[in-house]
Amino acid sequence: MSPKLRIAGLHKSFGTGERRTEVLRDINLDLADNEFVSLVGTSGCGKSTLLSIVAGLQDFDAGDLSIDGAPILQPGLDRGVVFQSYTLLPWLTARQNIEFALKAAGYDRPTCRRIALEHLELVKLSGSADRYPAELSGGMKQRVAIARALSYRPKMLLMDEPFGALDALTRHQMQELLTQIWEEHRLTVLFVTHDVEEAVYLSDRIVVMGIGPGRITQTFNVDIERPRREEVMESPAFMDLQRGVHKAIREGSRRPEMA
Amino acid sequence: MPGERPAQTDPARPTKQARRRRSSGIGVPIARSRFLVIAVAVFVGLGLAWWAATGLGLVKPIFLPSPGSVAMQIAKLAADGTLWLDLKASMYRISIGFLIASALSIPIGVLIGSFRSWEAAIEPLVDFIRYMPVVAFVPLSILWAGTGDSQKFLIIFIGTFFQQVLMIMDNVKRVPADFIGLGRTLGLPDRKILTRIVVPSALPGIWDTLRISLGWAWTWLVLAELVAATSGLGYRITVSQRYFQTNTIIGYILLLGLLGLITDQVMKALEKVLFKQEGRSQ
Repeated sequence: MSPKLRIAGLHKSFGTGERRTEVLRDINLDLADNEFVSLVGTSGCGKSTLLSIVAGLQDFDAGDLSIDGAPILQPGLDRGVVFQSYTLLPWLTARQNIEFALKAAGYDRPTCRRIALEHLELVKLSGSADRYPAELSGGMKQRVAIARALSYRPKMLLMDEPFGALDALTRHQMQELLTQIWEEHRLTVLFVTHDVEEAVYLSDRIVVMGIGPGRITQTFNVDIERPRREEVMESPAFMDLQRGVHKAIREGSRRPEMA
Repeated sequence: MPGERPAQTDPARPTKQARRRRSSGIGVPIARSRFLVIAVAVFVGLGLAWWAATGLGLVKPIFLPSPGSVAMQIAKLAADGTLWLDLKASMYRISIGFLIASALSIPIGVLIGSFRSWEAAIEPLVDFIRYMPVVAFVPLSILWAGTGDSQKFLIIFIGTFFQQVLMIMDNVKRVPADFIGLGRTLGLPDRKILTRIVVPSALPGIWDTLRISLGWAWTWLVLAELVAATSGLGYRITVSQRYFQTNTIIGYILLLGLLGLITDQVMKALEKVLFKQEGRSQ
């Protein structure tokens, strides 16, 4: 079966001439339909840059990027993006924030409203539909952002450390919620995180990136049965995998010329 | 040696030292009532000092008239209509001048805050002009626009427009990059990102800029009226100087301060209503 997302021979650098620095070298990565893939790696490995390139928000030097066989040239509604920072528009309520995206996708008013409410229910925020972002906690804001990114039915979801700014307890709740939603609805997800436990818990596959320049160093298949609930984090298989990924990240954080 | 360490006393019962530290010091909040009492006390104190200095004859009335004399003079000018005519002329000029400056500075500020090429074309020029003293433009403005209302508009414009443009540019630049990223991932064209995301997002900041620059506009209005005018608050101050009517001068200066304070408070109150859902702290 052809992949949902194909990244082939991708190169990316910042700056020109003397000050040119290579951030991504020869990235090859395919995501199967409905696969949940996490990108992990030490800071500066270019994982967020890679995600942002897939989103179409940054350009690249060379390589092929396609979704369902169609080349990615610019940002678009076929990819839903959840950012690390809170991107709810502060002058709109939770419901209106989702409607804003749906309107951009071309839905008529009554449909926007219906879909927005459905998706607020999906992230368990029906009661907060008419509250403004300033009245919502960080976790609630990210739930609305996830609902918004799902609402217009993108072909895949791109998430850039979406829970990075949340406290540990809220982060766990968000991980549970995301697993639940994903297991029920299935969607291709590319997920950037620095939290290995989170990556193991959520993913089908973990891609470890290293620095100097940013490249893929190792890939782990997560063969832990679904549905996954929090208890799974204490199983030996989970812990083993977590240790393995940690080790791979440590190895990847050494520059190859120094190793 | 626990005996030497007062920090080890029962934390539920703060020591005197600890309690004192909480009611003053850098950034320590105080009760609103306390704030008001201090603020009012300063006004009352200064007023009393003024009243005492004049009442005891420490200064000649020609330099500093008594509060009573100033109040009487303002009441008299209000009764014969002079005050209202002056106010009307000045209010009209500041409204029009400020509106022209704002109507031009908002779109230009948004443009140069969003597009780097426009910034390159306009920002250095505006930065240069804004360092030219407004006062130095007064003779030129009279040559160009005479001594009528349009010269007042011109001075207010020169004094506020260039500052506004740069401040609004900053307001626009402070729109989070991810907000624009969001717009792009939703496939919105630049024009819609500008009108639906950038402008609404920068609006509270732009409103603040308008509030601050309106305060400056008062200064430039009075300056223009002091130099060349046949009506207005600034004009009355110049005329009064000729006849040594210090009480009118002081009365009008106080009035100008009051007008500035009122407009500022009105703008602040409107800000709270307009942007109440945004919780300005974020």
